[in-house]
Formats: sequence, structure tokens, C-alpha cells
Amino acid sequence: MRNVGIILRRELASYFATPLAYVFILIFLVLANAFTFYLGGFYERGQADLEPFFAFHPWLYLFLIPALSMKLWAEERKSGSIELLMTQPVKLWEAVLGKYFAAWLFTALALALTFPIWITVNFLGKPDNGTIVAGYLGSLLLAGGFLAVGSCMSALTRNQVVAFILGVAVCFAFLLAGYPMVVNAFQSWAPQALVGAIASLSFLSHFESISKGVIEARDLLYFAMLIGFFLFTTAVALDLRKAD
Amino acid sequence: MIKAEHLSKHYESVTAVEDVTFEVGPGEVLGFLGPNGAGKTTTMRMLAGFVTPTAGKASICGHDVVTEPLAAKERLGYLPEGAPSYGEMRVRRFLEFIADLRRLEGSRRRARLDYVIERLQLASVLEQSIETLSKGFRRRVGLAQAIMHDPPVLVLDEPTDGLDPNQKFEVRALINQMARDKIIVISTHILEEVDAVCSRAIIIARGRIVADDTPLKLAARSRYYNAVSLQLERPEQLAAARAALAALPSVADVEVSERDVRLTALPRSGAAILTAVSELASSKGLVLKELHLESGRLDEVFRSITA
Repeated sequence: MRNVGIILRRELASYFATPLAYVFILIFLVLANAFTFYLGGFYERGQADLEPFFAFHPWLYLFLIPALSMKLWAEERKSGSIELLMTQPVKLWEAVLGKYFAAWLFTALALALTFPIWITVNFLGKPDNGTIVAGYLGSLLLAGGFLAVGSCMSALTRNQVVAFILGVAVCFAFLLAGYPMVVNAFQSWAPQALVGAIASLSFLSHFESISKGVIEARDLLYFAMLIGFFLFTTAVALDLRKAD
Repeated sequence: MIKAEHLSKHYESVTAVEDVTFEVGPGEVLGFLGPNGAGKTTTMRMLAGFVTPTAGKASICGHDVVTEPLAAKERLGYLPEGAPSYGEMRVRRFLEFIADLRRLEGSRRRARLDYVIERLQLASVLEQSIETLSKGFRRRVGLAQAIMHDPPVLVLDEPTDGLDPNQKFEVRALINQMARDKIIVISTHILEEVDAVCSRAIIIARGRIVADDTPLKLAARSRYYNAVSLQLERPEQLAAARAALAALPSVADVEVSERDVRLTALPRSGAAILTAVSELASSKGLVLKELHLESGRLDEVFRSITA
């Protein structure tokens, strides 16, 4: 467990050693606010809540998170530093968790920096701050899910561009799984149970139910299992292919 | 003690390493020699627990690298080929990161950090990021990382690659100094390195061990072993000298280099020809610039058994 912390700290520091961290945070904040005010009609709605803010997070994450996660393992393999790391007395899962939590903590920081919008909405009216906290939690879990997918895609290749494209594609599939166009495509021929299973895999439905303020065990469990599955797959992929 | 028993590694259709068996004990410095692509790095990686063997076993101080990887890695200092590291990190932070992973604490942590920084002369670059360092400094950072926890076993994959002659000398001095109480395996394709630091050499070709002996005995396999080389003052004597040498019964062959007016007489196996050659030189009136006995050429042995 100690090693998870050591690797996490090193990884997090490496984000800030390059412009990556600052560029990511800047673009995240600019886009998050642009979406909220221009597309979400934050003022025009005349409601004191952050729904237009959170509603665009899945689409923002779809591109930003794979851009963050693509380097997690692909870069280690490309530069060969994975050989250095894996020949220290470190367990594979410690390295997988350490790097993953560093990325997650970093997105949490970016998310926390959106606090002015929370202050704004409290200044303008009387929002339900419980729902807003739930919205932040849902957004954080969503980012965690995307990052786990991205970590796995990054472990599959030593090319960061490939890792990015795979990450966007898989995240997109998970986002859309609950949308009518996907559900309808299956409904005509697949058994009802399968359609239900596919629909329930969707990031979106679980994210939306949390961000409406309803924190249910099954939604939390969904994210926990999804993250666990993709991190486990990351470790398996690394174990098989680390030396290629 | 490093033990490798019938180690093999196959990649789909390619055999990287096949049935490699050896043991290295304390005080020994084993040189792992071979042409590029012979399986040196794959063998090193199996010892370090980075590549899982297809068949066979390897252990570090009695700890199997596959079934007890952490215990084996704790006793091993490893320099991967090309000394990879985290380019964006500063040297000091990188060494501290390694010290943390190696569970060094308190005064021992400080003492070990000071030791490796001094030993590998890194004080001047501590605040530089690793990607801005020269190749030589990067290699030294990799070596510092490998010896950080004072491990009983060191596996170094091409430790002097990319260093200038002074730095090579430094690194070899370091290896020689550590050799007294450690088990060291280095891989290299630089033959002079074997003479400089190794007490034993294994030559590997196409994934298999083809020779395992002391550098001296390996050199003795050379056809130049006990050959006599003479350099003449007068080029016009070359032809006559060659004919006379070739006529000696114990001489198998004579090689001539016209550029530096040199003849090399190769003995028939086991024969000593120095006396005969020097007597011949004085009886034929050859004016010698130089006469010496060759101790065998490792590069020639290397080429003859790996080509």
C-alpha cells in the first residue's frame, strides 16, 4: 500500500513538471464554463441550480480524459521506464493503482477549480446544495470510469495516439449504451434481458441519476465494478505485454 | 548466488533464449557476451523478473524470480538496457523516488543518497531534469539507481555503453571495487570490458551458451595464442622472412601485414615457437624492431564461435 502512495506522488508531480497539467486545467475550465453559459443557457433558464453545468461533463470528459490517460502506460512502455519500475520491489497492482489514482486526483483538482460557478449560483439564488454536492460526486465518478477505460487502452499499446483514439471510442460506446439509438438497434432482435444489460452499462444513466441528487448503492456499485474491471484488465494487459 | 537453470524464452515463432544454465557466486564478475540480438538482454530481463521465462527457473540468493518476485527484486540491483528513466524528473527527485521504493529511511536513506551521488559524481546535475542530461550522465543515474540499496547482486545491462573513455574507466573501477563482496553480472559487446572487469565470461549466440570460461582461457582458444609477432626494420626482408618462418616445422601459418612490416607466426596447436623464431631471426640476419609473444585475441575467439 505504501508503494501506491510513492508512485502516486511521483506521477502527480510529473504532470506539473510539464505544461500538460496547466493546459489540461485551463481547457477544462474554459470549456466547462463555455458549455454551461452558451449551450446550457445558465442565465436564461432562470433556475438556481447547476444542471446545465453537469449535463455537459460527459461530453467534455469524452475527449479530455482520454487525452490525460493516454500517456499512463503507453509512455512508460515507449520510454522503457516500465522496465525500471517493474524491477523495483513493487507489485503490479500497486503500480496500476498508484498511476490511476494520480490521474483521478488530478481530475478531482481540475473539477474542484470550478468552484466559482458554485459560488455564483449561491450568490444568484438559493440552490439545493445537496444536489450540487451529488452532482460533483457523480462527475468525479464519471471521470474515474473514463480514466479506468483510458488506463486499460493505454496499457494495450505503446503509441499514445492509438491509446487516445481507442479511449475515446470505448468511452463513447459506454456513454451511448443507454441512448435510444443504441437501445432501439438492439430491441428489434435481441432478447429483452440483453437490451436491459446493455442499457444498464451506460455511463450516462448512472451519472444522471447521481447528479439529480439520488445517490443509490447500485449506481455507486456500478462505477466501482466498472473501475475495478478496467483496472484489472490494465494489469492483465501489462503483465502479458510489458516487455514487447 | 545467481542461479539460472535451463532458462528459455520463446516469442511465438522466435526463440530468444534456449536452455541457458549457469551459476554465479560471491566475488565473481560474470561477463555476458554476445552479438546484438543473441539473447543477452532477454536473459538479463528474466533474471530481473521483467520477462517471464517460457521454461526453466532463475533465482537470486535462493529466491525464485517467478514465485517470489519481491524477495528476489529486493536483493537485486538492476540497470536495464539503455538506462531508461523518467525524463521530466530532476535527478535528486528521481533518486529519492528510488530510495522510497527501496524502503530506505532516516539516516541510512541520507547516507545511501550521499554515497551514490558522490560515487557516480552526480552532484553537479542534481537539480537538472534527466532528459537534459548527456548520455553518460543518464547512464550514471541508472547505475546510481541500481546500487541505491546496496544489493548483494547486481545485474547491469551494458553499463558502459555510450560513456567516454574516462567515464568507462570510472564505471569499471566502481565495478571492480564492488566485486569484492557482491555478485555481478554485466552484459556487454565490448570485449576490452571483459579483460578489464570480468573474472568469468559466458558467450551467447542465437540464444544458446557457446562458451563459459575465464577470459584468459577463452583467449587461449584463439589461434593467436602463443603466436609470435615480429616487426621488421627493412621491408625488403619481408619475403625472405616469411619463407623462412613458414619452413619451421612447428609453425602452422604465417600472416603478413605489409603496412607496418609485420609478420605473425601461428604455432601448430600446443607448440611453443618463440625460441625457434628468435633463433631463426638472428641466423637469417633479420633486423627486428619488435618481437613479442601473443596471449590470444578474445575478439578472434568471439568471432569464430558466434559467427
